[in-house]
Amino acid sequence: MSMSTTPSAAEAELAVQAKQAVARSQGYWAGVWKRLRRDPLTIACAAVLLVMFLAIVLAPLIAPHDPYQGSMIRRLRAIGTTNYPLGTDELGRDMLTRLLYGGRLSWFMGITPVLLAFVIGTFLGVLAGFAGGKVNMAIMRTTDIFYAFPSVLLAVAISGALGAGIVNAILALTLVFIPPIIRVAESVTTGVRNLDFVDAARASGASAFTIVRVHVLGNVLGPIFVYATSLISVCMILASGLSFLGLGTKPPEPEWGLMLNTLRTAIYVQPWVAVLPGACIFVTSICFNLLSDGLRQAMDVKG
Amino acid sequence: MLFYLIRRIIYAIPIALAVGFVCFMLVQIAPGDPINAIVPADAPGDVVEQVRRDYGLDKPLPVQFGIWLSKVVQGDLGRSLATGRSVWSDLSGAIQNTLMLAVAASLIGFTLGCVLGGLAGTFRGSFIDRAAVSVAVAGVSVPHYWLGMVLVVIFSVQLNWLPAMGAGPGGSGDWAWDWEHVKHLVLPAVTLAVIPMGIVTRTVRGIIAEIMNQEFVTALRGKGLTRGGIFLHVVKNAAPNALAVMGLQLGYLMGGSILVETVFSWPGTGLLLNNAIFQRDLPVLQGTILVLAMFFVALNLAVDLVQTALDPRIKRA
Repeated sequence: MSMSTTPSAAEAELAVQAKQAVARSQGYWAGVWKRLRRDPLTIACAAVLLVMFLAIVLAPLIAPHDPYQGSMIRRLRAIGTTNYPLGTDELGRDMLTRLLYGGRLSWFMGITPVLLAFVIGTFLGVLAGFAGGKVNMAIMRTTDIFYAFPSVLLAVAISGALGAGIVNAILALTLVFIPPIIRVAESVTTGVRNLDFVDAARASGASAFTIVRVHVLGNVLGPIFVYATSLISVCMILASGLSFLGLGTKPPEPEWGLMLNTLRTAIYVQPWVAVLPGACIFVTSICFNLLSDGLRQAMDVKG
Repeated sequence: MLFYLIRRIIYAIPIALAVGFVCFMLVQIAPGDPINAIVPADAPGDVVEQVRRDYGLDKPLPVQFGIWLSKVVQGDLGRSLATGRSVWSDLSGAIQNTLMLAVAASLIGFTLGCVLGGLAGTFRGSFIDRAAVSVAVAGVSVPHYWLGMVLVVIFSVQLNWLPAMGAGPGGSGDWAWDWEHVKHLVLPAVTLAVIPMGIVTRTVRGIIAEIMNQEFVTALRGKGLTRGGIFLHVVKNAAPNALAVMGLQLGYLMGGSILVETVFSWPGTGLLLNNAIFQRDLPVLQGTILVLAMFFVALNLAVDLVQTALDPRIKRA
C-alpha cells in the first residue's frame, strides 16, 4: 500500500473529529426536538396554534356564512342558536364566520410587526455589537430614546398621529418592537465577538462579512429568535388593542379587537357573545407565550 | 454616590430632550400641514399665513423645535383645537385621575405579585409554584381590555354590584374618598393590576429562587436561625431588584392605561388621548404624550437612584 491512499493517523483523527462535529451539530436540533417532545404543554400549545392557523387560512372553505352579510331580524342571537353555533353580532352576522375571518387580520397584525422588527432589529443590533465604538454608541443611544416611552403609549402615539389604518398600525408596532430586539441582538453579539473562534477566523483571513455571516449570525440568531417569539403575544394584544381603540382596521372588516369594540354596546343583551373575540385573542396570546417559553427551555437559551 | 447622582441626572437631560423631539415630530409625521393643527380648516388664507408666521412655521425645522421647546419649558403646551382651552388645563385633572388609577392598580398588582412570587420562589416545584406560574402567564397574556369587559359582564351586568363606567355617581368630576366613588375605582384598578401582577410574580419568583440557592441561606439555616429570621435576610437581598421592576411597572401603567380607561370611560389621560385622536386634536395628543413620557423618564431616573441607594453592592462611580 502506498502512502498516498492510506490516510495517516493524524488525518484519520481529523476525519473522526469532523464527523463528530457534524454529528454534534445535528445532535443540537435533535436534542431540541427531543426536549420539546417531552414537554406536553408546549406541544399542546403548538397544536392549538396549528389548528387555529389552519382554521383561519381555510376560513373561506369552512365558514358556514358570509362574514359581511348581516340581517336586521336576527341580530345578537345567543350562543347555540340553530345555524349560528356562536350566535350573531350586532348587525346579525354569524359570529363563528366572523371569528374565523377575523383571525386572519389579527394574526397578520400580531406577527408581521415582530417579523419586520426581527429583521431590522437583528441587523442594527448585530451591526452595533460587531462594529462597536461610535456605531454602537449611535445605535444604542437612539434605542435608549425609544425606551423612554412605555410601549403602549408609543404605539398609540405613532398610530394616533399617522391616523387609523392597518399599515400605520403595523408601522407603529414595528417601531415599538425594534428597540428591545436591538438590545438583545447587541448584547449577544458583543458576547460572541470576543470569543476565540472569531479571533481564529480573523487570523485565518476571513473578511468581516464572512465572520458575521458564518460565525456570528449562526450563534446569535437562535437567542434573538426565541426572544422575538416571546414578543408575538404582546404584539397580538397591542395590535388588537389598537383596533379596539379604532386605530387599526376599520369596519366592516372582521378583526378580533375591532369586533370586541363594536360588540361593547351588546354586553347588556348578549354578554357571552360579546366577549368571544377577546377569548380568541387570549387563547392565541397565551399559546404563543407558552410556546415561546417551551422553545427557550428546549433551545437552552438563557435570559 | 453624589458623583453618580449628578452624572445620572446629567445623562437624563439628553434623553428628555430627545423624548421632547420625538413628541415634536409626532405633529410633523401627521398627514397634512401642521398649520391645520392650529387654525380651523375654514380660516381665510391671509389669516393662515399670519398664524404661520406667528408660530414660526415658515422657519426651518430645527428653529421650530427650538421655539416649541422654549414654550414647553415654560409650561405652555398650546391650545386644544376642540375646546380652545389650554392643553394643560384639561391635562392636569386627567393626570390626577390616571395617577390614582395607576397607584391603586399597582398596590393590588404588586401585593399579589410579591406574595405569589415569594411563595413560588420559596417552594420551588410545589403546587403553589405551579399555580403562581400559571397565574403569571395568564396575567401577561390576557388582553386586559377584554378582561375589563368580562368583569363588567360579571360584576355589573349579572350581579349588579359595581358600576360599569365613570369615576363617580352621576358622572360628577369631583373625587371623594367614600364608597360611592371608590366602587367606581374597583373594576378598572383590578383590570389594570393584572399585567403588573403577572410580571412581578415572575420577577420576584426568579429573584427569591436565586437567593435561596446561595450559600449564605444555607449558613443561616445551619446557624439555627428561625424561618422568620431567614425570611428577613432574603427580603433584604431581594428588595432592590424587585423594587426597580415595580417602579418601572408603575410607569408602564401610567402610559398603558389608555385601553382600560376607554373600556371604563375613566376620565384620565387615556380617555383624553382617545378623544384627541378622534378629533385630530394634535396639540392635546402631543401634550399628553409628552407629559406621560417625561413622567416615565423621571421615574426611570428615580428608580435607578433608589436602587443604588438601597443596594450597597452596586458601586457606581
